[in-house]
Amino acid sequence: MVLLRLKNVRKDYATPSGETTAVLDVPELELDAGQQVALHGPSGTGKTTLLNAIAGILRPDSGRILLDGTDLVALSEAKRDRLRAQRLGYVFQTFNLLQGYSALENVALGMAFGPGVDRPFAEQLLRRLDLGDRLDYRPSELSVGQQQRVALARALANRPALVLADEPTGALDPVRAEEAVGLLCELCTEQGAALLIVSHDETVLERFETRLDLREINRAFTWGQTV
Amino acid sequence: MKSLKTLLLIATRSLRQHALSTLVTACSTALAAGLVMSVFTLSDRARDSFTADPGFDAVMGARGSQLQLVLNSVFHLETSPGNLPWTVYEAIAARPEVVLAVPYAVGDSYRSFRVVGTTPELFTDFPGEESQGLPLQRGRLFGELAAEAVLGAAVAANTGLDLNDKFKPTHGVVAGGGVHDREYNVVGVLAPTGTAMDRVVWIPIEGIFRMDGHVLRGNGELYTPTSGQAISAEHKEVSAVMLKTRSPRSAKLLAQEVNGQGTVGTIAFPIAGVMAEIFEKLGWMVGVLRVVAYLTVIVAAGSILASLYNTMNERRREFAILRALGARRATLVGAILLESSLIAGLGALLGVVVYAVTFAVAAEVVRSRTGVILEFLPLHPAVYWTPVAIVVLGAASGLLPALRAYRSEVAKNLLPVS
Repeated sequence: MVLLRLKNVRKDYATPSGETTAVLDVPELELDAGQQVALHGPSGTGKTTLLNAIAGILRPDSGRILLDGTDLVALSEAKRDRLRAQRLGYVFQTFNLLQGYSALENVALGMAFGPGVDRPFAEQLLRRLDLGDRLDYRPSELSVGQQQRVALARALANRPALVLADEPTGALDPVRAEEAVGLLCELCTEQGAALLIVSHDETVLERFETRLDLREINRAFTWGQTV
Repeated sequence: MKSLKTLLLIATRSLRQHALSTLVTACSTALAAGLVMSVFTLSDRARDSFTADPGFDAVMGARGSQLQLVLNSVFHLETSPGNLPWTVYEAIAARPEVVLAVPYAVGDSYRSFRVVGTTPELFTDFPGEESQGLPLQRGRLFGELAAEAVLGAAVAANTGLDLNDKFKPTHGVVAGGGVHDREYNVVGVLAPTGTAMDRVVWIPIEGIFRMDGHVLRGNGELYTPTSGQAISAEHKEVSAVMLKTRSPRSAKLLAQEVNGQGTVGTIAFPIAGVMAEIFEKLGWMVGVLRVVAYLTVIVAAGSILASLYNTMNERRREFAILRALGARRATLVGAILLESSLIAGLGALLGVVVYAVTFAVAAEVVRSRTGVILEFLPLHPAVYWTPVAIVVLGAASGLLPALRAYRSEVAKNLLPVS
C-alpha cells in the first residue's frame, strides 16, 4: 500500500541576480507503508529540500505530495503543522535537540504538538534506547551517541507513519553510526513506520535494499553541477 | 489545557535559560509596580488619615492661619500662632452651641515630644467616634494642681518613661531650650489612639502657667505666677480651645461669627476640611509622582520588550526545531506572550513585596513624626489593579518579539543544509 506519493514536485529559488532556478524537480516518487528507503547523492542534489518538502516545512511551488492520500501542498500551513506532528518523525544530522529541556522533555514536547503527551511511552522509548537513567539529563550533559538516541526517541514518540532522517549519522563515528541506523531501522520496523533516510555513508546505505540516487530522481540536478 | 501546559513548558524553559536577564527585568518591573502601588496608596492613605474625624469639630486660637492652628493643636506640629485670654476660653465654653471646650496651653517639650497643658475633661469627655473619653492603659489621670503627667502611648514607648518616673520639661518645642526646674511625676499612660495625641506629654494646664520662666499675658500685662497663690482668670491664657458643638451647623455659624469679628480669635472649622485643603493644594505634587510612577512602568515594559527581543536571534533555531516538531506559528506567539506575561507577573508579585516594605517604612516614618497611623488594611484598590495592569502591559511588550518568532523561517534556521 502506497504511503507517500510525490507527483511533479518542483521548488524554485530566486538567485541573487533575480532569476529563478529549480532546486527540486521530482516527477515521481513513491514509498510504501513500512518500507525503508535510502536516498543518496552528493551535496546540492536537493536532499534536505526534498525531505523538508515531504515534512511540510517547505511548500513546493507546484506538484502534489500525498501522504495517506492527503495532499500536503494543498493544506494550509496550520494543517500541515498538525499533520507533521501526528504522522511524521524527523531525525536531523545535528539532532536538533532543545538545549534547555531534559531528554524526557525533548521527547514529550514532540508528543505535545501531536496526539498528546504519553509520558509512560516516552519513558519506555528512552529506556528501550538505554537512556533510562538519563531521563532528566539535558542534551549538554549527554554524550553524542546518547543525544542521537534521544533524537530517535523523539522522532518515533508519536508512532509516526513515516520517519524522515536527514544524514542522521553525520555527527557520529562509524561504530556509533552503524548502531544508530540499526536502532532506527529496528524501531521503525517495530512500529510499522516507513523510513526515508538520506545519507552519503556507504556503510549506512548498504543496510537498505532500496537505495535511490537523487541525481536520477531530481531533474533539477545537472550532471557535473556539484560534487 | 494541554496546549497551555505546553506553552508554559516552553516559556518557563526559556526563562530558566535566560535566568539573569529574567531576574533583572523582573526586578525593574517590581520596582515600577511597587512605586505605582506606593504612590497611590500612600497619597490616599495619608489624606484619609490626616483628614479623619479628630473627635472635635473645631479649634479656636489666636488670630491667624487656620492651617497653623490645626497643625499645632491637632497634629502637634508647627508653632502656636499665639495665645487667647482665658476669658475668651470661658466665653466660648459658655456659648449654648458648645458642648465641650477643652483648653490647650503649649510651649514646652520633652525629648522632642510636645508637652501640652490641658484639663481632665480631655480624657473623660473626649468625643471619640467609638467611645467617649481617652482610655488610660495604666495609671491614673493627673491632679489638676499637681506636678503630674500622663504620657501618650508613643511617648512612653520611645522615652522609656513609665509610672512613677520623673522628668523635667524643656522650654520651647525645638532642641536647645533650657530645662525647667519643675519636675513632673508620671502617673498615667494613655492607650494608643493612632493619632498625634500619642506623641504628647499631657500635664495639667496649671502646670504650664506655673512653669518656671513662663510669663502670662492674659490681660495684656506681664504676670508671673507666685507659688501657693491662685492665678486670677484675667492673667491666664490658652494656646487653643478644642470645641465640640451641638451640630455642624452650629459650629459653622459660630466660626462665621468669631472669624467675622476679626478681633477675638480664629475658629478653624471643619478641622478635616482645613487639612483637606492642604492635600488639594499639594495635589499637583501627587500628580507629578503618579506620572513618574507611570513612566517607570513604561520603562519596565520596555525592558521586558528589550530582554525578549534580544534573545530572538539566538532562539531562531529553537523556534525552527519547535516548528519542525509540529508547533504552529501561533504556538510560538503564545509562548512568547506567556513568557513576557510571566516576567511581568513575577515583577508584579515582587512589586507587592516592594510596596509592602515601602508602605511599612513610610508608615513608620509618618507615625514616628506625627503619631498618625497609615492603615495598611483594607488593601487599596491600586494593590489589585496594578499587578493586573502590569501583566497586561507585560503581555503587550511581548507582541513585537512574538511577531519575530511568528515570522521566523523553519527551513532556513534548521541546520544542516545539504
